[in-house]
Amino acid sequence: MLEITNLVKRYGQNEPVLKGLNLKVKGSSVVSIVGASGAGKSTLLRCINRLVEPTSGSIKLNDHELVNLRGSELRHARRRIGMVFQGFNLIDRLTVMENVLSGRLGYVSFFQALTRRFPQSDIDRAFSLMERVGIAHYADKRADQLSGGERQRVAVVRALMQEPEILLADEPTASLDPKTSQQIMSLLQSLASEMSLPVLINIHNVTQARMYTDRIVGMRHGQMIFDGEPKDFNQDALDAIYGGIESPEEDAGEPASPTEEASA
Amino acid sequence: MTSGRTASDAKSGRVWKKPPFIANPWIRYGLAVIVLAYLYWAFSTLPFDWQRIAEGLPRAGKIFGGAFPPSFERAELLWTGFKESFQIAFLATLLGVLLSVPIAVMAARNVAPLPVYLLGRTLIIVSRSFHPVIVAILFVAAVGFGPMAGILTLTLYSIGFVAKLLAEEIEEIDWGQVEAMRSVGAGYMKILVYGVFPQIMPRQIGLSMYQLDSNLRASAVVGIVGAGGIGGTLMNAFGRYDYDFAFAILLMIIAIILVSEGLSGWVRKKVW
Repeated sequence: MLEITNLVKRYGQNEPVLKGLNLKVKGSSVVSIVGASGAGKSTLLRCINRLVEPTSGSIKLNDHELVNLRGSELRHARRRIGMVFQGFNLIDRLTVMENVLSGRLGYVSFFQALTRRFPQSDIDRAFSLMERVGIAHYADKRADQLSGGERQRVAVVRALMQEPEILLADEPTASLDPKTSQQIMSLLQSLASEMSLPVLINIHNVTQARMYTDRIVGMRHGQMIFDGEPKDFNQDALDAIYGGIESPEEDAGEPASPTEEASA
Repeated sequence: MTSGRTASDAKSGRVWKKPPFIANPWIRYGLAVIVLAYLYWAFSTLPFDWQRIAEGLPRAGKIFGGAFPPSFERAELLWTGFKESFQIAFLATLLGVLLSVPIAVMAARNVAPLPVYLLGRTLIIVSRSFHPVIVAILFVAAVGFGPMAGILTLTLYSIGFVAKLLAEEIEEIDWGQVEAMRSVGAGYMKILVYGVFPQIMPRQIGLSMYQLDSNLRASAVVGIVGAGGIGGTLMNAFGRYDYDFAFAILLMIIAIILVSEGLSGWVRKKVW
């Protein structure tokens, strides 16, 4: 279970990006986080695995506090949090297999990592996961020779190699064509239920959020303004989240005024 | 279509000129005036002794005359000299490239903390600040005549060049791959091996090949001040007015540089 309490993130002296956010994710539900650019979705996900340092608040994964972890404690916590990125972030010049096995880097010794001598159990797991998502035949291909959808599958498998307790996906389909992005979404959905894994997905595509996830969280200006099932996510919610959006550069400095939103 | 064309033609007559490179006209023309004035001053104060230049020309002609045809009679000596130059260049490249990797990591702002970064940059600046010939003179004084001084000189020379360019390459890597490695829980060294080194690998190989090339050339030069290799042989040949032998050496140097240039170009194209 993921439990976020009163999470605040402020970059420098600017207006906080996250303003006291609370979120609970139980069991193996697929949660999509929607919101305009600059609403703080990415920052939220990155606070969870501490790619971004939260300013204050608490993040607990299965009752382990993640904020304030340092050094090897932090690395051990990160092993249990898988992440999938918009730009895939594969190691382009390494093979698909090396990329998949890099998901085990938190578990193996430096020498094993350097010489690619991963334990047999890791290699078995890698092959079975790659077969599950249909990329096993690419094992020895270089990652940059794959298509976008295939590369995102590699990234998903890399994250699953970590044996994660939660999977974070930061706009996993934004760089993909519509058909491929549906495939990736349904893959995430079915993997979540197969492995009883909670999944948090940042997503721009509201239709896909409705179709593939169990719960939708709407964010605006660093706050959660909608939380419910896809069937409750109606036009009003959509307007509240996206309506009257000024460009993020403009509203960064001044506080958002509700009248402007209503008039737009 | 034709009517659209005439409509746009009717609007012609508007002039467009490329905006000047330096916007301020005072600075633009001022700079030109300063450069011209400096050139005039430099040429009028430097002593150009036309008579000595005139006397030198036939002497140069005599040297070139003596150089023809090049003599490969002392092939033994030629071979020993080149073998030593090769060894110097090879070892120095290997050592220099190996040492330049950690120094480049130290000197890349995005992967090194500030104090380490400053240390790394200092190391690079120190090894870059002197021409190899000056460094060779120092090392010959320190460790004596011979290839040892040459190896040390060119190692330092290689570090200065390779580490600097490699550090810049590290600063320009795709940070997403590093973030991905951080997010799986990898430590610093594992992040370097997976997230950083694969990205700079082609550049590293290209630089190493280029540096081997460059060290071959430089090893001939540092030999002149006594740091071993073909340079010493060349210097002796000049000293004893064996211009034909010296010319043979020069021809060999050109041939070897050509071969290594071609080879390194081919290797760099193969790696991407």
